[in-house]
Amino acid sequence: MKRMRYKHQQWLWGYLLILPALIGFFVFMLYPMFTGVYLSFTAWGGFGPVKWVGLENWIKLLHDKHFLKAVWNTVYYTLGILAIGVPLALLLALLLNQKFLRGRNFFRAVYYLPVISMMVAVSMLWKWLLSPNHGLVNYFLGFIGLPKINWLLDPRWAMPGLILMSIWKGTGFNMVIFLAGLQGIPKMYYEAAEIDGANSWHKFRYVTLPLLSPTTYFIVITTMIHSFQIFQQAYILTEGGPREATTTIVYYIYKNAFEWFQMGYACTQAVLLLVILVLATLFQQWLQKRWVFYG
Amino acid sequence: MVKSIIFKIAIYVLVILGAIGMIMPFFWMVSTSLKDINSIFVIPPQWIPRPCHWENYKKVFELLNFGRYYLNTVIVTAGRVIGMFFTCTMAGYAFARLKFPGRNVLFFMLLSSLMIPFEVLMVPTFMLIRNLHWINTYQALIVPQALGAFGGVFNIFLMKQFFSTIPKEMEEAAIIEGASPFRIFWSIMLPLVKPALAALLIFTFTSAWNDFTYPLIVTNTDNMKVLSLGIAGFKGFREGMTQWNLMMAASTVSILPVVGIFIFAQKYFIEGITTTGLKG
Repeated sequence: MKRMRYKHQQWLWGYLLILPALIGFFVFMLYPMFTGVYLSFTAWGGFGPVKWVGLENWIKLLHDKHFLKAVWNTVYYTLGILAIGVPLALLLALLLNQKFLRGRNFFRAVYYLPVISMMVAVSMLWKWLLSPNHGLVNYFLGFIGLPKINWLLDPRWAMPGLILMSIWKGTGFNMVIFLAGLQGIPKMYYEAAEIDGANSWHKFRYVTLPLLSPTTYFIVITTMIHSFQIFQQAYILTEGGPREATTTIVYYIYKNAFEWFQMGYACTQAVLLLVILVLATLFQQWLQKRWVFYG
Repeated sequence: MVKSIIFKIAIYVLVILGAIGMIMPFFWMVSTSLKDINSIFVIPPQWIPRPCHWENYKKVFELLNFGRYYLNTVIVTAGRVIGMFFTCTMAGYAFARLKFPGRNVLFFMLLSSLMIPFEVLMVPTFMLIRNLHWINTYQALIVPQALGAFGGVFNIFLMKQFFSTIPKEMEEAAIIEGASPFRIFWSIMLPLVKPALAALLIFTFTSAWNDFTYPLIVTNTDNMKVLSLGIAGFKGFREGMTQWNLMMAASTVSILPVVGIFIFAQKYFIEGITTTGLKG
């Protein structure tokens, strides 16, 4: 009897308990998303009436050289993070996973510290570190006999500067995930490999790497999606410059919307970004089937 | 034997070098924040400031509206953390333990919203907040995130994972005694997931404290700025000689609360991340 009553109470309480989350989702995410798609077909300056212009924004976007540049900059940034940041995170995780290492929790905390620090504050910090004449980075480069780099003022070096900072900021997060993945690999695989006479490299290549591939897949996709949204670093460190060298997609959207008041056109770009992100996810899932090994 | 000792030493050297690389910028930030304007440009760099200019920290609060930014950040963070606590624990519990029609569809729908970053919704969100007449208000800065919008769904997922691990027997007895689902949630289940609650509070605190893009869109007066916007406002200083010492003092005070919490609650941070494999 009481069980029956509980079953019916579950319905009522189930809906009541998820109500706040549902309101948040419908009002502040789903509704804006549909508004955004609608606005992408309009001309709207942020004030006054919204004017329907059909595909005009989309046609304009296809011919917008500045947007193309922003896409390229974002891809460049993402590739930099994937090529340097992800292997570095794996290397750090492998180092910290050594059984004999003492103070592992301490080192993990140290590597993780930049992750939790306020992005705007550490961006300011790196602006200072990368300052051409008085920055610590150039001081160290000089110390080992390398020439000074004009980091954030040189179109060729501004993006590498952003990548450098972002790797420092984000590697600790991926490292923690890699570490959890490494600790999930059963010891018996290594023991079996040892009996077969495998050396350290063989164990890494034929045991660790394949068994870690679900983790690697996860990290590559989340890092990629995350990198495509880069905004704050560009806003603080370079304001998209010099000569648009660090104008990323989101920064370009922001400028269109809130500096040039082309809100409709900004929405067109935002919708395209969302499509890119979803397509990237689907592509990764297709790729995953081909190279991820589930033990 | 010798080979393995060399191997171990090499590992230690690499780990320590990496740690120095991570810490050095922070050290330099604090060091710069305690110097006067002339000694920050000295080459070779002065590692330990002599004398320490603690008054830089006082100056930051005097020269700018920094006290107000700090207060705003505390209010917004507190509001979001309290709201998220209820939104996420309640929804997490309902999705994990209660059966009701449409549960899985609704959960999947919420989860898929994690694919939509706030950056994509900047313009329509601005439009919505303006139509609500919420620009430059605390409710604009608190309500959406308190209801789990823009990434809060991650925490619902986190709570659902933890509630799912609790064995059924824990609630059976209470059901037989006639307790309501809410009573079971509040008095029996919540106390059982304390480590998860710690992770939830830390994640929401960190993301609310560090938030930048959202406040940038919905506020534009100096009095409503949060810390991150205040620091970004320092950009105006750049023409002429940049007062890096003051800027670094401002950055230090902004980073400090989160670092403090992290040092005390590192365990929960790492547990929360590795349980769900997602970022807070």
